[in-house]
Amino acid sequence: MFDYETLKLLWWAIIGFLLIGFAITDGMDMGVGGLLPFVAQADVERRVVINTVGAHWDGNQVWFITAGASLFAAWPMVYGAAFSGFYFAMMLTLFCLFLRPLAFDYRSKIESARWRSNWDWALFVGSMVPPLVFGIAFGNLLQGVPFQFDQLMRVTYTGTFLALFNPFALLSGVISLAMVLMHGTTWLVMRTDQQVASRAARIGSIVPLVLIVSFVGAGLMIWQTVDGYVVTSTLDKMAQAQPTTKQVEIVAQAWLNNYYANPLLWLIPLAVIAMSLVVVLLMRLKVKTTLTKVAAFIASSVTTAGIILTAGVAMFPFVMPSSSVPDHSLLMWDTVSSEQTLGLMFVVVAVFIPIILAYTIWCYSKMWRTVTIAEIEQNSHSAY
Amino acid sequence: MINETLVELSRWQFAVTALFHFLFVPLTIGMTWILFIMEAVFVMTGREIYRDMTKFWGKLFGINFAIGVATGLTMEFEFGTNWSYYSHYVGDVFGAPLAIEGLMAFFLESTFVGMFFLGWDRLSRRQHLAGTFLMALGTNFSALWILIANGWMQNPVGSEFNYVTMRMELVSFSEIIFNPVAQVKFIHTVAAGYVAGSMFVLSISSYYLLKGRDIAFAKRSFSVAAGFGIAAIFSVILLGDESGYEVGEVQRVKLAAIEAEYHTEPAPAAFTLIGLPDDEAMETHYAVKIPYALGIIATRSLDEEVIGLRDLQKLHEPRIRNGMIAYGYLVKLRNGEETPENIAGFNQTKQDLGYGLLLKRYTDNVVDATEAQIQQAVKDSIPQVAPVFWAFRLMVGSGVVMLVLFGLAFYYNARRQIETKRWLLRAILWALPLPWVAIETGWFVAEFGRQPWAISEILPTFLATSDLAVNDVLFSLVAFIIVYTLLFILEMWLMIRFAKMGPSALHTGRYHFEQSPPVNAGLRHDNA
Repeated sequence: MFDYETLKLLWWAIIGFLLIGFAITDGMDMGVGGLLPFVAQADVERRVVINTVGAHWDGNQVWFITAGASLFAAWPMVYGAAFSGFYFAMMLTLFCLFLRPLAFDYRSKIESARWRSNWDWALFVGSMVPPLVFGIAFGNLLQGVPFQFDQLMRVTYTGTFLALFNPFALLSGVISLAMVLMHGTTWLVMRTDQQVASRAARIGSIVPLVLIVSFVGAGLMIWQTVDGYVVTSTLDKMAQAQPTTKQVEIVAQAWLNNYYANPLLWLIPLAVIAMSLVVVLLMRLKVKTTLTKVAAFIASSVTTAGIILTAGVAMFPFVMPSSSVPDHSLLMWDTVSSEQTLGLMFVVVAVFIPIILAYTIWCYSKMWRTVTIAEIEQNSHSAY
Repeated sequence: MINETLVELSRWQFAVTALFHFLFVPLTIGMTWILFIMEAVFVMTGREIYRDMTKFWGKLFGINFAIGVATGLTMEFEFGTNWSYYSHYVGDVFGAPLAIEGLMAFFLESTFVGMFFLGWDRLSRRQHLAGTFLMALGTNFSALWILIANGWMQNPVGSEFNYVTMRMELVSFSEIIFNPVAQVKFIHTVAAGYVAGSMFVLSISSYYLLKGRDIAFAKRSFSVAAGFGIAAIFSVILLGDESGYEVGEVQRVKLAAIEAEYHTEPAPAAFTLIGLPDDEAMETHYAVKIPYALGIIATRSLDEEVIGLRDLQKLHEPRIRNGMIAYGYLVKLRNGEETPENIAGFNQTKQDLGYGLLLKRYTDNVVDATEAQIQQAVKDSIPQVAPVFWAFRLMVGSGVVMLVLFGLAFYYNARRQIETKRWLLRAILWALPLPWVAIETGWFVAEFGRQPWAISEILPTFLATSDLAVNDVLFSLVAFIIVYTLLFILEMWLMIRFAKMGPSALHTGRYHFEQSPPVNAGLRHDNA
């Protein structure tokens, strides 16, 4: 069907697609969870907020699970090296992610103010820590992480947990947080009314500015202080996965090489900035129509996709550079599964993603409405 | 060298997180179909009580489901965090069913679970029922794919080792899907889930009947559970997965361990009902045996032998020696000496590479292993017998008790006498933990009985871990134990509270605690 080189490229795109899917769908839930204490005061307001994503958070979370499982299937070395290397960061994320399903399902089952406020905080933590950690992890990936393979391909990570918290990584964490928060505000403006919607709009007109500043700041650091990686030996893109046989050098500004080589790619980071500004403008409108609300959500989704693409394109073909033994860096050419597996999994993805998108959209459309206080009060025993 | 403490802690963490997760999954698997049955009756007959049943049992299902989702996240990432060499070594094969599980099963299940809980007013009756069906279908697909993955660990077909990439690679995906071990495991495991779901509804319904509350509701729930349960318990026992034990060396070892059969007996072998297995002497003391039973159960014939552990072990020694040769060639090939002789030599011996790797525990170079180390590796090539032996008997014992209870429940329910059989209702109430005892011990037999292998005959468990510091894993293990304990207490508290409240939790005004005079007015307002 496709040759190995094409399959490798397709899988880079599929992993990117799944990550973007995760950021747009589950990132929205995380944004909503993070905004909860700020846009909703009374219990019934909080339930309004929670019920905008109540029917969807679980399906949305599957983008995360599937992205993880697809890494396992398509880039097993990245799956093993990154998750074991970022051990404590992963554990922290996991423990925080436990809080969300329970908070959604358990919170409103008991009518006690303390019980509910505890779960609200659990939802807040479970929604904010994971995107922060993901941002920090991406910030570290861009700088390279210290790992190497032995002769039998056992990976050893030599970094420390605290070293993950360097300035560039922290800035990436801020970008990630601002991204999901912005996305959450556009969702809430679409799906709520009155106080909740206006508070969300106010936050939504500020957060994108934070996003732009930190995004541009990270860009400047890539230009000035964060070195990139370059493959200096010739690559056989059809070759079997052997990530330890090439030569790699650390070169200043190398993460800009792809942009210099294809200036059209600059449109991606520019779109991030432009679309964030569009969100700000639409959030400031005195009178919002359905059209402007949906436009803001789409602009925010494009921003989200653009941020992930900006980083992915900068690093291409690297996915996990090694700072300690650069030659062992993982590329999308040499960290992949066999041709057989990539081909099989491509077919599975090509068949199932359209089906998934179809029933997901059907469910969203069926549940589409403005969630109001009146509705929650009416269904107080069945709503979340 | 291998750090034994790291290996132990990694295994404990996986066992704790997997067994904990597996407390919730079977109930989800079983309950989704029970909910579908109840809702289907509602849609067909239009009788409200069946909608109430779907919603109430759905509430309990939701309490269980949330924690199942939360703890499932761990399983998806733990291969990478704690078993990174495993991930590298078999990701090419093992990752595929996991990713398919996400795409085919989790999306379906998780998308429609939202419709199940919150879509009642937004969907037509038929649409909602279809959603419930898809949720159940997704849940069962998920079991299918994870058991295909697990079946491959037990009996790794359809794949081959590639020295260039230093890993197992996919050769035939259809062989992996139609792996006989995976097939029997799937049937056995989902049927066990149906038993768990049935026992759950049966026991809690018995509680209402004993209390004399919401009789109509409880009797109908009881009927559904008794009918579904009797079919499920027959499937789980008759389609037990012994038939899978004939396939593959490690399965044969597991079968011998389950039976504590150290010596090969002439066919048909006797079944050891009970006894004291002794791994040192390799004898089972005080064995009480049932003639012919094992041979018939395991081989489905009267003339095939069930080979004992002593003989199985003997067969492993030459394979370990051959594995040393394979390892020697592998190192040469990895050093770039890809001469035709080395490639041919490796290809001739590579089927025993895994056995050679067993020596890694004692010597890093493998090829220089001493005679004593080889004998040690031979000893290692079978699991400890007693834990497998006892866990299996606990599982089967629970199964037999449940068979009797479901049988009686079905019989008296069909004769419409169930309300008067208070002893039976009480027994069923107390039997509520039995499915979980059977399921957890069954899972233990399957996985502990596979030792010393992570992937049968391919990758020893001790080699499969991540290269982490002992304290890292100790810390996370302790954190898991504490957090999971808290989650468990929380879940049980909520579950018991709602189970006790019964259908009054729906606030329809039709059930026990909502009738006047209120028996317990507080409950009505306390709970959503």
